[in-house]
Amino acid sequence: MTTGDGRIELVDLCKRYGSGPLVVDHVNIDIAPGEFLTLLGPSGSGKTTTLNMIAGFTDITSGAIRLGGSDVAPLPPHRRDFGMVFQNYALFPHMTVAQNVAFPLRERKVPKPEIARRVEETLRLVDLAGMGGRRPHELSGGQQQRVALARAVVFSPSVLLLDEPLSALDRKLRQSLQQEIKRLHQELKLTFVFVTHDQDEAMSLSDRIAVFNAGRVERIGTPAELYRDPGTRFVAGFLGESNLFTGRLRPGGVYEWAGHKWAVRDADGVPAERDLVVRPERLRLAAAPADVPEDANSVQAKVTGLYFQGTHLRAELDYGDGTTGCAVLPPDSVTGIAAGSGVTAYWRPEHQVLVTPPADPHPNEENA
Amino acid sequence: MKARLWLKIVAVLVGLFLTVPTLVVIPMSFSSSQTFQFPPSGWSLQWYENLFTSPAWSTAIRNSLQVALVTTVLATTLGTAAALGLNRLTPRVRGVATGFLLSPIIIPNILIALVIFSAFLRLSLNGTLIGIAIAHTALALPFVVIAVTARLQGMDAALQRAGSSLGAGPFSVFRKITLPLALPGVLSGAILAFVTSFDEVVLALFLQSPSTLTLPVQMFNSVTVQIDPTISAASSVMVLLVSVPILLAQVIGARRGKAGRQ
Repeated sequence: MTTGDGRIELVDLCKRYGSGPLVVDHVNIDIAPGEFLTLLGPSGSGKTTTLNMIAGFTDITSGAIRLGGSDVAPLPPHRRDFGMVFQNYALFPHMTVAQNVAFPLRERKVPKPEIARRVEETLRLVDLAGMGGRRPHELSGGQQQRVALARAVVFSPSVLLLDEPLSALDRKLRQSLQQEIKRLHQELKLTFVFVTHDQDEAMSLSDRIAVFNAGRVERIGTPAELYRDPGTRFVAGFLGESNLFTGRLRPGGVYEWAGHKWAVRDADGVPAERDLVVRPERLRLAAAPADVPEDANSVQAKVTGLYFQGTHLRAELDYGDGTTGCAVLPPDSVTGIAAGSGVTAYWRPEHQVLVTPPADPHPNEENA
Repeated sequence: MKARLWLKIVAVLVGLFLTVPTLVVIPMSFSSSQTFQFPPSGWSLQWYENLFTSPAWSTAIRNSLQVALVTTVLATTLGTAAALGLNRLTPRVRGVATGFLLSPIIIPNILIALVIFSAFLRLSLNGTLIGIAIAHTALALPFVVIAVTARLQGMDAALQRAGSSLGAGPFSVFRKITLPLALPGVLSGAILAFVTSFDEVVLALFLQSPSTLTLPVQMFNSVTVQIDPTISAASSVMVLLVSVPILLAQVIGARRGKAGRQ
């Protein structure tokens, strides 16, 4: 069994149950060797189904899954040689920690002395040296997940699949395990395919994120790219917070929303049906309209809440017309503004971004 | 406090109601008199001696043990396989299939006996020990299915997936993960199968021949023909052979259940 170089290509991958709709709809992702790629999306968006198809637990309807150039779709899971970490750890309760970690090596008929050596080495890697004799139920949730990580990498797979591995843990533990996973990724240089619905987790861990929506990859890119230029309203809403205005782009680089006219740069050839997004940290507040710089875009807002959060100040804003948003400001930047007062929110045109509103229901073939 | 006292009294009464008839038979089996007598006027092991030395009784015991053991092996194997299969079906199909497999519990034994009797006539299985064992397997199967299914349902399905993701083929996953984890269910199913067969009387009556009398049939025949106190010794042996495995199963189940729950 060769593990290839860890490059995974998903080519027009589709999944359909019975005669139902496509739950995974022509997914194309090229995952580089050693990359940390996250499949991010709400539940039911197809991310887990995609992971299960890569792992081999779910048959593909059409398309291809290539590992290092060769198609693995016809192979059963135990032939694919991918390590996998599950949401609820899935440790074998009738085996000790060491036996759990040794399991994949035993299946591969590795000689006994080498098994012992590698199990010990891997347990040390996840900071569980000396715990080999324990039973899984004697360990904490975080320790159990570390055993699961050790078990999934001990046989040196080229790819590690992680199915929401942190969602069963509490917040504090989750952060320490995030660091653990990041460190493992850097040390082992494996390809990681990570599934989560937690945007913070995705942003802090990933090299690239593929955002899933209704079975499709809505957008794929580095966390910074996706945050800066989400491309669609869905991605803007899913990754981070935003002030979102649904107006229209007029000829001549003017965006119009509820009577406001805002300057737009590089608007040539952009369709009129676009939403305008301003991230909260790009927004500034002025007590009087006169305080707004001349070349900034601005909008009247009512402060519905003002929260001091140590490192920053958070203002909840109501723009009227059913549009709300928020601003994240330096803590000492605000004077003369209180909850309930009217303010002028403004931003520089280069800090706004136009995104595509959700398309009308359309046939699946369109994006193929 | 008064309510507690009443509760205790009622509980003891119910307990006695359930156990006394069974327990009375044990002192009777050590009686020295030639008829049923309680309490016994003197003590003797004569009925046990008769039970184990008279050809009729000792053959019946041997027959019963043979039938029960064959039933246990058949029902445990088939029932475990059935439970594993059921576990993989979609919920709707599973409901129907489970209903079929558990039907021997609901259908009156006399009906099953009649049908099996006429079917075995053609197969010339009437009056053979293997025939009785096959018939008992049908009765015992549901208990194995129930015990193993309960165990499988408490098992995280991701464990099997984890096994195959780690390089274990389907057979290896079964042998090293599914079976060890289902084992307490399989064992208690096996014990229930043994007990079901060992004290079964209706089917064994229908399928009997002079050489294939099981212990319960021999007991039944012995009361209808004559009053033979050996039956009290036989009953005591029966109580022992049925209750000890069940108690054992409960102890095993309780201990394994704790270890396997995580």
